[in-house]
Amino acid sequence: MGIIKTVKLGFDYFKYDEDGNVQETQRAVDNVNIDIPEGEFVAVLGHNGSGKSTLAKHINALLLPTEGTVWIDGMDTLKEPELWKIRQKAGMVFQNPDNQIIGTVVEEDVGFGPENMGVPTEDIWKRVDESLQKTGMTSYRHHSPNKLSGGQKQRVAIAGVMAMRPKCIVLDEPTAMLDPNGRKEVLEAVHQLNRQEKVTVVLITHYMEEVIHADHVYVMDESHVVMEGTPKEIFSQVDVLKKYRLDVPQVTLLAYELKKSGVDLPDGILTTEELVNVLC
Amino acid sequence: MLIELKNVTYTYSPGTAYEIHALKNINLSIPDGQFIGIIGHTGSGKSTLIQHFNALIRPTSGAVLYNGEDVWEENYNRKNLRSQVGLVFQYPEHQLFESDVLSDVCFGPMNQGLNREQAEEEAKKALLQVGFKEKNFRKSPFELSGGQKKRVAIAGVLAMNPKILILDEPTAGLDPKGRDEILDQIAELHSVRGITILLVSHSMEDVAKYVERLIVVNKGEIAFDNTPKEVFSHYKELETMGLAAPQITYIMHALRDRGLKVDPNATTISEAKEDILRALRESGSPLLKGGQAE
Repeated sequence: MGIIKTVKLGFDYFKYDEDGNVQETQRAVDNVNIDIPEGEFVAVLGHNGSGKSTLAKHINALLLPTEGTVWIDGMDTLKEPELWKIRQKAGMVFQNPDNQIIGTVVEEDVGFGPENMGVPTEDIWKRVDESLQKTGMTSYRHHSPNKLSGGQKQRVAIAGVMAMRPKCIVLDEPTAMLDPNGRKEVLEAVHQLNRQEKVTVVLITHYMEEVIHADHVYVMDESHVVMEGTPKEIFSQVDVLKKYRLDVPQVTLLAYELKKSGVDLPDGILTTEELVNVLC
Repeated sequence: MLIELKNVTYTYSPGTAYEIHALKNINLSIPDGQFIGIIGHTGSGKSTLIQHFNALIRPTSGAVLYNGEDVWEENYNRKNLRSQVGLVFQYPEHQLFESDVLSDVCFGPMNQGLNREQAEEEAKKALLQVGFKEKNFRKSPFELSGGQKKRVAIAGVLAMNPKILILDEPTAGLDPKGRDEILDQIAELHSVRGITILLVSHSMEDVAKYVERLIVVNKGEIAFDNTPKEVFSHYKELETMGLAAPQITYIMHALRDRGLKVDPNATTISEAKEDILRALRESGSPLLKGGQAE
């Protein structure tokens, strides 16, 4: 079993009337079966409202299944005593950097998680040092978070999660509000954590370019997982992705268009280098 | 000539330790009917800049002219200016507040002095124009998806019949299809209604595809102001400003470096495709299957 595993996961959102009776239910995730091995970099794609954020919130037990089971590192999220352990195993980073930072100084913010876990003080400082270093934010440790750029704030948020020493980290559109530089900074930090610290990464994004170096990709539509495979396998299917309101990286799209015009190219070209090597 | 900025400087907290020069001596003119893109990294001053266009902030020095008149003259009707120059903020969906979509969009025109009936007429027109379906007019704005909320917010400004529409990253957080739909509709407002559009964006691909003029803001100054193609040919300088060229430009440069004779300044997929096909034909590339490539 992988570090994240779901079997027949289903989740309903309930809408209540004024007397507190259930008025309607909406299925946000339906019959989802995923199994993510430890240390993988996994991306989840899907249009707005496809259910990917709902799925993500199951990974650290912010939401609990209506149906089916979720195991994080072998622990069932429906078992109450495991809840806090699960949340320490799986950290989350959200879209808006301003909603996640609470400290008035960067290092305090990063120390908040371990402090809450009851980690001894000198140990907290050690973890803060490490996490700041891993995200490249050491030189900002005494800064006020509100003076940082969006990309830097997100790296502080990631450092805050890392300080809890999770085995996996779930990022829900962490770059949606950032400029190109900020996006690059955050992505690099996440890839580095995955490579060097062997942290399992689940990245939810609308930017197809951020997905090409993932080990595995899941595509969600209408609350189901509708495609899965390597980036190459997924992005070879341009028409299917368009049907799911998604896109492919620009290089892939260009190669696809050239192929349609009669150029002899393989499917699923993901990088500039690949395209250049075939064309020249 | 519609909007003109003359030597505009803006300083936050002047005379204090927190003094920041957000804009320095900006000269800019926005004529009728253009589709303009504005790019710049976070903190470059672009949000400060666009708030000068409808007199939401007053320049520390310099002048803002609308049709030749100084908008900061004592008796100038700035309320009227703001209904002619519509500004859609970033995350406009956070500003929806009414109990149903139609009422929300009516808020602007009613503030302009229209009665409910007239306002509804404008609101309906605006909603349909941004591709919002009539069957959803009575829904609560909070039941809508992100893309729909953004449409409602844009319609709210559009219902005031602005001559200029300024949008601050209207597609942030949308899925690719939603992004394309919103941008296509904005392009249509430009071509059909003739509205001048200023689009602030973090996506180089989007501005390359849609705008005719691209303004680059860096450290409170205008770094470039030209066609997208010309601006993106300075991609090395753009990178030092925390920006980039569209991916396509990088691909074209890489191809050229490896000997394929393509125009490295192509910025969109269709341009690149045509140019690569041409270069492959001219070099007699074996990758072209006999005569198929037109």
